[in-house]
Amino acid sequence: MTVQITKGVAAVPIAATPSPSAKSRRSVFIRRPFFTASLLIAAAYVLAAIFAPYVAPFDPVKQDFNVMMKAPSVVHWLGTDSYGQDILSRVIYGARYALIIGIFSVMIGAVGGLIIGLAAGLSGGWAEWGLMRLIDAILALPSLILAVAFIAILGQGVDKVVIAVGLSMIGPFARTVRSDVMQVRVQLFIEAAQLMSISYLRVVLRHVLPNVIFPLAVQVTIRVSEAILVSSSLSFLGIGVTPPTPDWGLMIAEGRDFVSFAPWMSAMPGFALALLLIALSIVGDGVREEFDPKLRRDS
Amino acid sequence: MIAQTLSETKAPLSEQSIFELIEVEQVFEVPKPGRSLFSRETVGLRALDGVRLNIRKGTSLAVVGESGSGKSTLLRVLLGLDKPTGGRALYHSKPILEGRASGIDFARDVAMVYQDARGSLDPRMTIGALIAEPLRHFNIVPPQDEAARVSQLLDRVGLPADAADRYPSGLSGGQVRRVAIARALASEPSVLVADEAVSGLDVSTQAQLLILLQSLQRDMGLTLIFITHDLGVASFLCAEIAIMYLGRIVETGPTDAVLGAPSHPYSAALRAAAPQFFEPLSEPLSGEIPSPLNLPAGCRFSTRCPKMQDDCRLKDPQLGKLGPQRAVACLHPLEQQ
Repeated sequence: MTVQITKGVAAVPIAATPSPSAKSRRSVFIRRPFFTASLLIAAAYVLAAIFAPYVAPFDPVKQDFNVMMKAPSVVHWLGTDSYGQDILSRVIYGARYALIIGIFSVMIGAVGGLIIGLAAGLSGGWAEWGLMRLIDAILALPSLILAVAFIAILGQGVDKVVIAVGLSMIGPFARTVRSDVMQVRVQLFIEAAQLMSISYLRVVLRHVLPNVIFPLAVQVTIRVSEAILVSSSLSFLGIGVTPPTPDWGLMIAEGRDFVSFAPWMSAMPGFALALLLIALSIVGDGVREEFDPKLRRDS
Repeated sequence: MIAQTLSETKAPLSEQSIFELIEVEQVFEVPKPGRSLFSRETVGLRALDGVRLNIRKGTSLAVVGESGSGKSTLLRVLLGLDKPTGGRALYHSKPILEGRASGIDFARDVAMVYQDARGSLDPRMTIGALIAEPLRHFNIVPPQDEAARVSQLLDRVGLPADAADRYPSGLSGGQVRRVAIARALASEPSVLVADEAVSGLDVSTQAQLLILLQSLQRDMGLTLIFITHDLGVASFLCAEIAIMYLGRIVETGPTDAVLGAPSHPYSAALRAAAPQFFEPLSEPLSGEIPSPLNLPAGCRFSTRCPKMQDDCRLKDPQLGKLGPQRAVACLHPLEQQ
């Protein structure tokens, strides 16, 4: 440790705290085994979704009336449904729809929530009051009910489900963004920027937005699972994705009538859904705990 | 020991005023205490009440006072963050707010070091980006020289160049203050305003920062306005001192003279309350600073003044000249030895 003298001022070497970046990034997978396992499971779903045509043993919508409602076997690992369609293939293709709907609808919710939350948090006064009462009114309804209402307006189909679920998620996002904005707005570094006569727009873009985006990104990872659940619920209720699309909610609903003698029809997609949701929420929690600015030491 | 080095290090005083406050008042309307739920009654909180202050170019001024004496309000007026409700606050003979509104020159010329240095730095930006922000904003250096200037500034405040890649959360309290100072210096200001810039630090860190500030003031010819409640810090760093009590400056003058022989009983009491080596503490002032919602009649210090006389309850003394360099707001200033 060398101390150099510069113009009579002793240089203070920054040494005491070692740079944690590389070290902790390596060890997070060891420190959090559940997080790691969940991340691997989620990654497996993503890969299965992307490479579904190569991974799936059968065409997911090819009906074969010779093998209707067959129990899991060597040929059909997860059995077949009432149309003789291979459940494993349908589950694999179903991951596509689940992830596409989950990710894109959360994006809609996050972007919409960011815009409304920023507007409310920055404007203050009557505009904020009006926006937040609107959000309160929306939040009074559970997101599933809200999504049902949007579906009623938009109609059915994958794209409509994405929009409906996305719109239904704007409320919670707007609320968290607004509270983050209000917290950041009164910080001293904002006043310091204003003291430098930095324009309002620049202050918002350079200082408010980055401090709001990060907690929002954490929210996004956590809420993907909620979006998947809501979209599956819509399909289960028969108002989301239309048959014969291999959607998990739809598959669970189709197997419902045969649950006493062909339980695998509902159980297999249900299990696939539950596993993904659990994995995603553990990943989301891990991301939050690892990168929460309050728990974070550096970078 | 400190007093000895002091007189050699102070910058020469020139006569050009940089800040001028004339009878500045800052009254905040606050809800009347004990008002009913539906009433809108307010009452005036006199945070600043007839402040007279003249800050000459190149000087170093300590503003000293208890909490609640209006130091921070005065600071906000000086920085042009708040508009005073009365009086005139001038910067180079023009209203401060006008100067602030008319462009970035004022912002560039008057830089600020906050007491909460960590809070004044965006936690999501690296030290390098934080220091580069004013460089870019005020067009101090061409973009290609930015990195070099950042390390130059870090070096100037005694931080290694690799600090530029770190985040404020990874630095100690003293290091963060150095960053805040480097950031303030980046705009090449002529006035540096520091609010309690060394409080809450280890004594050794405090001493390092004081020496740094002193050398900066001397080498760069900065006008330094230093808010503090530590008389020792004030006497080490500042050529001039202004002592505030309840929103008014009650005594100003050269630090040595004022602290050596205070004229205002409050200055004397403040000095006596500062702990000294090998000396027992004298009896502290009784009571607390009165509420600015309800100022005492006559002299604002009369409720606690050990030398109170009858007319002190009747007349409110203004800051008046006492000799060539000093001024005091007292009807019966203490005798000068």
